[in-house]
Amino acid sequence: MNKIIEIVQDLDTNKVYQELSHPSSGGICVFVGSVREFTNNEQVMALEFETYETMALKEMDKLADTALEKWKLNKVVIKHAVGKKEVQDAVVIVGASSAHRSECFEACRFLIDTLKETVPIWKKELFKNKSVWVSAHP
Amino acid sequence: MHKLGQMDLLFFGIAKDIVGTSQLDMFFGEDSPNSVAELKQALKKRYPEFSKLTSLAIAVNSEYASDDVQLKANDEVAIIPPVSGG
Repeated sequence: MNKIIEIVQDLDTNKVYQELSHPSSGGICVFVGSVREFTNNEQVMALEFETYETMALKEMDKLADTALEKWKLNKVVIKHAVGKKEVQDAVVIVGASSAHRSECFEACRFLIDTLKETVPIWKKELFKNKSVWVSAHP
Repeated sequence: MHKLGQMDLLFFGIAKDIVGTSQLDMFFGEDSPNSVAELKQALKKRYPEFSKLTSLAIAVNSEYASDDVQLKANDEVAIIPPVSGG
């Protein structure tokens, strides 16, 4: 299996090296998105993620296929967490491995940038006195 | 099978907050929308908050659907407000 696509409650960042490791790969590139404490100087208590899971998995699968067509990759990982996440928790992992580094670097950037645009997952920022759905309003 | 003029809709993120539930069997009567474009219009008319969003997409059977897609009975139709994963 050259791709791993998952939506999980808690992300285990320790697994990703094994998952991307491949005898033909000389480079492994991983991006991990995590909960940041401040948004525009306002303190974030937590983020809450929800998803339309069947569609999100389909869209993530399409992303992986596009990357596998576009670059010569041996493995691709796309995982996203849902539920309430605290500051410093990992919320998304994308990664790719390839013979040389440039392919996996480019693929990784494509995976996270496109995930943010197309995959039906929604993030709510929980502040002390309010909560806001990110990007909902212009 | 739904009654004529009735539509089962899924709502996520801020769309869920706007209508107050994640699943709604909505009755449109004779104005029942036949296409994605008509559904968007009907939603914006009933819930003006939808007009204020950055974008509004519709998924039919868990695929993004363009405005000209026709809606059929028993399609799974979901309201997709601006996504913000990652």
